[in-house]
Amino acid sequence: MSAAATFRRLDALQAVYSRLENRIVVTIMGAVAAELQSIGHRPNFFYLQHAMGLASSMGLGIALSRPERQVVVFDGDGSILMNLGGLTTLARYRPRNLVHVVFDNESLLSVGGFPTATATGSDIAGIAAAAGVPRTATARTLDEFTRAFDEALAAGQLTTIVAKVEAVGPSAYVTGLSLLENRFEFQKYLKSTRAPRAAES
Amino acid sequence: MPVSTANSRLIYDALKACGVRLVSALPETWLVHLMRMAEDDPEMILVRLAKEEEGVGISAGAHLAGVQSAMLMQNHGFLASINGIVSCAQLYRIPLLMLISYRGEFGERDPWQTEGGGVTEDLLRALRIPFSYLDHSDHVARRIAKGQTLAASSNKPVALLLCRDLMWEEAS
Repeated sequence: MSAAATFRRLDALQAVYSRLENRIVVTIMGAVAAELQSIGHRPNFFYLQHAMGLASSMGLGIALSRPERQVVVFDGDGSILMNLGGLTTLARYRPRNLVHVVFDNESLLSVGGFPTATATGSDIAGIAAAAGVPRTATARTLDEFTRAFDEALAAGQLTTIVAKVEAVGPSAYVTGLSLLENRFEFQKYLKSTRAPRAAES
Repeated sequence: MPVSTANSRLIYDALKACGVRLVSALPETWLVHLMRMAEDDPEMILVRLAKEEEGVGISAGAHLAGVQSAMLMQNHGFLASINGIVSCAQLYRIPLLMLISYRGEFGERDPWQTEGGGVTEDLLRALRIPFSYLDHSDHVARRIAKGQTLAASSNKPVALLLCRDLMWEEAS
């Protein structure tokens, strides 16, 4: 069992929000998506509102396709536990432009708070490191998280940051942004910022 | 190995010709030549997976980022990908070009492949995924091009079943 978390996911998102302005952001469903939207939606943010586990794979697909852009994935413990094999794929290709944040509240909060395996000791940063992710960190305070995030952005190496956050979330998960509106707006944003011949050079 | 190199080349060249620049794959006997071709091609990004469902996410990301992709998998990999296909690709209208080796059909000698073969087409129909067969070299290029066209115009998954008659050279 880990020590009690001292910060909220919403605090973490607010702390780094300004860094997300010019980066490509992919989040998982539920609380992460709703909280990021509550701070402020941007066209460079995509919220994968289902397909648990695949946000990190989407981030990999974007990072490999757009090596000139930095990609941030906001993942969760329940989601990454569904796609642990994907960590080995991330590590295998280790895109230098991908920062993978896992908000670990040790529970499946949006479906009743049932504990995940991280509540009984499974260590996602350890699993990521053992999978071959070149940089990993575990943040237990907001300051640690912000520092780890900024260091990862500056490092230019695939990094998985596990943020041990409190198991609290928003009161509602459905937001005013429709799934397909988000999807097409995000695609349009990526197209509009595409460097000439970037994907094929 | 009696997997057809020539027909694998036809498939690979057809993928290139319709603009595919990223291929995700999990090794399976019938796919070995295709994977080597992707690996040897500096214009192609090959992503080797731990499990096929990851490929749905990778293709979704690539598509939104402006890169055309294809997935190479066995039909059991398709079975393993279904949640991702439904809750990522179909929910978000992502075109997926899925090349699925059709194990377990007529001529299959491996007993362990036979259950998957029996449910593959029914599952594709249940998911309303349009599919066609690659079973002869004459129509490989045309069907792949048409499949890619439909995937792109519909923003939905499309499947091509790689059949024994095309992929395996020994009479069986």
